[in-house]
Amino acid sequence: MLLSVRTRSRVILLLLAAVAVNGATRPARAIDAARQSELTSLVRQDCGSCHGMTLQGGLGKPLLPMALEHLDADSIASIILDGVPGQPMPPWKGLLSQEDAVWIAKRLKEGFPE
Amino acid sequence: MKRREALTALMATAAAGAMAAVPRVPARAGDAPSVSAACDAATGALGVVIERASGSVLIVDWAARAVKSRVEGLGDLSHASVVFSRDARFAYVFGRDGGLSKVDLVTGQLSARIIQAGNAIGGAISDDGRLLAVSNYEPGGVRVFDADTLAPVCEISADPGTGKRSKTVGLVDAPGRRFVYTLYDAGEIWIADFTNMSSGMPSVTRFADVGKLPYDASITSDGRHYIAGLFGEDGLVHLDLWQDAPKPRRILDGYGRGEAPLPVFKMPHLEGWAEVAGRFLLPAVGRHELLAVDAETFTECGRVATHGQPIFAVVQPGSPRVWVNFAHPLNDTVQVIDARTMAVVHAFKPGPAVLHLEFTPRGHETWISVRDADRIDIHDTRTFERIASIPAVKPSGIFFTARAHRIGQ
Ligand code: HEC
Repeated sequence: MLLSVRTRSRVILLLLAAVAVNGATRPARAIDAARQSELTSLVRQDCGSCHGMTLQGGLGKPLLPMALEHLDADSIASIILDGVPGQPMPPWKGLLSQEDAVWIAKRLKEGFPE
Repeated sequence: MKRREALTALMATAAAGAMAAVPRVPARAGDAPSVSAACDAATGALGVVIERASGSVLIVDWAARAVKSRVEGLGDLSHASVVFSRDARFAYVFGRDGGLSKVDLVTGQLSARIIQAGNAIGGAISDDGRLLAVSNYEPGGVRVFDADTLAPVCEISADPGTGKRSKTVGLVDAPGRRFVYTLYDAGEIWIADFTNMSSGMPSVTRFADVGKLPYDASITSDGRHYIAGLFGEDGLVHLDLWQDAPKPRRILDGYGRGEAPLPVFKMPHLEGWAEVAGRFLLPAVGRHELLAVDAETFTECGRVATHGQPIFAVVQPGSPRVWVNFAHPLNDTVQVIDARTMAVVHAFKPGPAVLHLEFTPRGHETWISVRDADRIDIHDTRTFERIASIPAVKPSGIFFTARAHRIGQ
């Protein structure tokens, strides 16, 4: 698609505005093997500080597949990005992209890798 | 100055040489215990380092800056904590998975282990050293065990009358064979007094409606002040245990000044908070600040902007300095704050995921666990220099046996 320079910059501005409205969502990054291993360790270690390293729960609820039956992967991804207001579950959108959150949500549903 | 440093270095080398050169007297049958055997039984300079991911602990010697041995098979040690028997021979390790393990620091063996609940958060030992209390998330409440045998003594359900047990946090020992703890879901503080156990149960004093979602609490080393941090409200709760009829009161109400809190990626710990120079330094929640509370009036007497969400704020014994570590993702840094001026006097980056720090009892050195570098760093607290590193697998909590003789630890 060919856009004039002007239109193009307007599109970029609109995109920037959208990002600003949503709060700084982390830009998407391919979930390649390296990112997968970063996310796996983040979930085990850093989600683990509230949900337990084995994800059996702590201050936060258990995140094992059985405990998450009441939520689909999309809802889990939005909880991860937006947090639970009034509860210690923080919004991760400043640190994780939509793609990161969806990848984590799907893995949680099927049993999180070691 | 130069000369003194050179001398110190010389003495350190000499000491290290002497240590390496001590001959091990081979024990013969019928011999009286040898000098080296007597040394091996001393625990005053020992400690325990949690290796959170592998279910193991290291027994360490801070005087020798060395690992003595590794003890394995302790279960899920994420968020594990440790208390010591009064003679500092045994370490009791409280695991996340409800495991309670008794480790013999002299033999390096696991001398007893039970799974006492599904999910636990920490424990405490009574002033007389006879009772161990464990704070549970699943099924909630507090369970109490005999410190010798780990046999069950009693269970306090922590059901505030709703038919649902509460998760308990901030469990500490208090003078007079008491344990004090806080109900996370219910927002209550309970004191369980074990001086008279003729009914098989302690007498419990309850304080209801102390505030929303208290997430941790701690007691001062004089056994007087119990302070709980609140997640659901902008303030803390204080209880003066020296009063005949203690009454909880809110302190630092509105310390967030109505500003929207920042996300908290790890809950701060009040354990090990800093009491120094007539004030307490406490981590704010959802703010990158350390708050100073006047120890007489319990009003705010200062604050300092910090690198991130503070997790531990620990005073260096014998000094006005408070060392602070931070929550993910700013957890590669340690800042040192002078409690008198509330100024950051030093900062450094030990490495990825600084989880805990512990001072030698008189504060000359500090041990810092750097989880993702699989390392413990030892720093000279006077020069801040790193003087040694010890490999450890995903280290978290560090606990020296001097805690055996301190209230609330
Ligand atoms: C500072 C503590 C904390 C951290 C860190 C944390 N959580 Fe949570 N999380 C909680 C708490 C507390 C709840 C329960 C909130 C409630 O009561 O609804 C929760 C709830 C959730 C839920 C909803 C569960 C349900 O059954 O409703 C999901 C999913 C979740 N967390 C995922 C994560 C993931 C993934 C991470 C890491 C990227 C993470 N959490 C990190 C504290 C935390």
